[in-house]
Amino acid sequence: MLRLDALSRRFGDTVAVSELSLEAEPGQILSLLGPSGCGKTTTLRMVAGFETPSSGRVWLDGRDVTRLGAQQRGMGMVFQNYALFPHLDVWENVAFGLLARGEARRDAAPRVERVLELVELPGYGKRRVQELSGGQQQRVALARALAPEPPVLLLDEPLSNLDAALRERTRTELRALLKRLGMTAIFVTHDQEEAFALSDRVALLHQGHLQQVGTPEALYTAPANPFVASFLGRANFLLATLDPAGSSHARLAGGAVWPVRTATDAPMQPGSAATVMVRPEALRLLPPGSELAPADLQGCLVDRRFAGAMSFYRVQVGDRELLVQGGPADAAPGDAVWVRPREGAVILVFPGDAS
Amino acid sequence: MNRRTLVLAAPVVLVLLWLVLYPNLFVLGDSFSEGGRFSLQHYRRFWTSRSEIGALWASVWISAASVVLSALLGVPLAFLFARYQFPGRRLLGALAAMPVLLPPLVGTISFLFLYGESGFFTRGVQLLLGLESPPWRLAGPGAILLVHAYTMYVYFYLFVAAGLSRLDAGYAEAATALGAGRWLTLRRITLPMLAPALGGAALLVFMTSMASFSAPYVFGGGFRVLSTQIYASKLNGEGGLVAVEAVVLAVASLLFLILLQRYEGARSYTGASKGLGPAPRSAVSRGWMLALGAGAAIAFLLLPHLTVLLVSFVPEGSWTTEFFPPVYSLESYRSLVSSPDRLVPVLNSLRMATVATLANIVFAFAAGYLLARRRFWGRGAVNALVVLPWALPGTVLAIALASTFAVHQPWAGQFVLIGSFAILPLAYFIRNIPLVTRAVLASFQQLDPAVEEAAASLGASRVNTLWRVVLPLVLPGLAAGALLAFVTALGEFVASILLYTHRTR
Ligand SMILES: Nc1ncnc2c1ncn2[C@@H]1O[C@H](COP(=O)(O)OP(=O)(O)O)[C@@H](O)[C@H]1O
Ligand SMILES: [Mg+2]
Repeated sequence: MLRLDALSRRFGDTVAVSELSLEAEPGQILSLLGPSGCGKTTTLRMVAGFETPSSGRVWLDGRDVTRLGAQQRGMGMVFQNYALFPHLDVWENVAFGLLARGEARRDAAPRVERVLELVELPGYGKRRVQELSGGQQQRVALARALAPEPPVLLLDEPLSNLDAALRERTRTELRALLKRLGMTAIFVTHDQEEAFALSDRVALLHQGHLQQVGTPEALYTAPANPFVASFLGRANFLLATLDPAGSSHARLAGGAVWPVRTATDAPMQPGSAATVMVRPEALRLLPPGSELAPADLQGCLVDRRFAGAMSFYRVQVGDRELLVQGGPADAAPGDAVWVRPREGAVILVFPGDAS
Repeated sequence: MNRRTLVLAAPVVLVLLWLVLYPNLFVLGDSFSEGGRFSLQHYRRFWTSRSEIGALWASVWISAASVVLSALLGVPLAFLFARYQFPGRRLLGALAAMPVLLPPLVGTISFLFLYGESGFFTRGVQLLLGLESPPWRLAGPGAILLVHAYTMYVYFYLFVAAGLSRLDAGYAEAATALGAGRWLTLRRITLPMLAPALGGAALLVFMTSMASFSAPYVFGGGFRVLSTQIYASKLNGEGGLVAVEAVVLAVASLLFLILLQRYEGARSYTGASKGLGPAPRSAVSRGWMLALGAGAAIAFLLLPHLTVLLVSFVPEGSWTTEFFPPVYSLESYRSLVSSPDRLVPVLNSLRMATVATLANIVFAFAAGYLLARRRFWGRGAVNALVVLPWALPGTVLAIALASTFAVHQPWAGQFVLIGSFAILPLAYFIRNIPLVTRAVLASFQQLDPAVEEAAASLGASRVNTLWRVVLPLVLPGLAAGALLAFVTALGEFVASILLYTHRTR
């Protein structure tokens, strides 16, 4: 099992990774997700042994490997640009790790064949790597990393050089393959959709700090803070005051009262200022002439965007703009409209003005 | 700096300080001293002597004119081969680069055979016009310029061809779409974007001309440039004046280098477009006519070198007044191989060039890796020292070595090497440090560091990674650099003639 224990890495004044503690569960795919520059690559490189942590430790199967070089750790790595050996053919690339640890070519051959079959490139051994398409190169890189049967597979944005359609198909296949092998993997990406589609658990990073780690559902429905909420999907933020009688309701600026849940562990003072987070799909526009309820919020329709299965509405409420998913088809910009939370919708509150 | 960097950096820095910086400082010191004391006496002599100032001026204008003439030959040639498609383009294109491989002395001698008073071409003209005496004498500045342009256009040709192959066609297309004509596009887009290539070539031609020795020595007659002036002073045993002349020559070259870098710095463009790749070669209707023209041009450019080849098959004394030599034989080759007297210098040159090139390879690999892969304090200085032998004319380097290694003072890092087997390979080695190191450095810079990391993550040891991944990938650059170093070392006449003694013959 792989465990990161308070890992930090500073480059001069920049703190690339700060006090990061994480565990990769055996046989599971853990994604490191976050915007560009948040420290994902640096973290992965510390795990691989290319980067020395400023402080903290890396544990592999109960062994402290922090001071070991990459060649002693033997973690499989798939690089963003694949880093295939351009002077070697596909077979030699895939066999490299096996030959490097002294295996005879004869002994390595069956395994190379098997791995090439796994990535659906059987019979490609004699090809030059430059002749392959981007998708094929990506699979050779994967095969090369898998061949020595590493304890952990590290992947740094391995799909980012593929075009959109191929990327989507590849991530499904990649997940299926890793699951079939029961591989423990750490997958770095800045793409929320990709992280959700591929991983069992997601660790969200921001400016070198771990924001939250959990299943995609947990991160989406119970974000620990406004950054997590807005990074994963779309989120509306509204200023509110917490109900004086408890923290189960909040009163919005327009007077509407919404049922809410507190998101953070930190207790919130009844009656204190708060920020409400609600996702577009948790809201809808009322048809004209509907009977009004205390939760309804009045606003002015800015525009409506048709998106196939549903429509998105932008509604001006006070000084905020809300994004609402679903409503009457005949609403026109400039109309006065009412927004209502859907039945059972999850609405979170964060302390203070968090937007 | 971590320990591994230090272990690598220490020998590299030591070699650079001892062999590159120290000898040059030594010459600088010599120029300012007389009888062991500080003195400006030699400088005073230099500035008040008409022949010295004349030589300096001659060096500068000859070099500037060489740049212009080489550009006039090389740039159109580069456009021809980069932009047009015609039969035989590849072969002719490769042939056009050949003169760079020939040692300057061979080039110079070939001109004598061709355009000299009894040269091939001269006789042809004489016969054709029925003249009594040769129509011209190959001597003076004109002859020097002819040789320079003939041998140095290659720099412009190679640099501009490389620049054109990197130049994205998108820019020119954008200009055309904006309504610019061919000429305007060339003048306002293509040429400015080639500025780095043009600048680099101009620099090399200028430096090579400043240092050029064979052509002025053979053709100059009474016309002296600085490098021949240095040789004359050296023969007269005027050590202080030699040092001053060397310093002046070095300063003139460095000034030009700085000027050019200013110019280039103001004109360096990094592409902002996604890139279309280089402009495709246009297929010309009646391409064979273009091929014929190009072939004729190349034949003309290679004529001197072909002449040497031809003359080598002519027995001594058998060719007198005929247009074509009457007899051909392998006599010259036979006597070369059979008489040790003649063979020994050839073998010596080969051996020395080999030793020097091997040293260059080892040094370049270490220095190239260090500069490309390690961050350390003083990296900029190491980089500057690596290119210094390039920025200084060969003559200056030869003088520097000759004065540094003429005495035995081990505590000062000085040993008597003049007259020993070691001095020539050492000179070749230092001279070619920039060439080989830059070639290796460029390969390292093109090599994605992730490739080395990939090898490490697959469990390959450092040695294994070096041997199985790094070396094969930098080998093309290393081989190209080493080959050029070997060829130039073999032909380095300047260093040889100044350091030559009977023992190494
Ligand atoms: N070798 C380095 N030297 C200096 N700063 C670095 C280096 N590597 C990364 N950084 C900095 O550390 C931060 C995190 O970088 P990185 O881990 O590459 O982010 P990500 O992969 O999430 O985009 C960035 O601010 C980056 O500029
Ligand atoms: Mg990254």
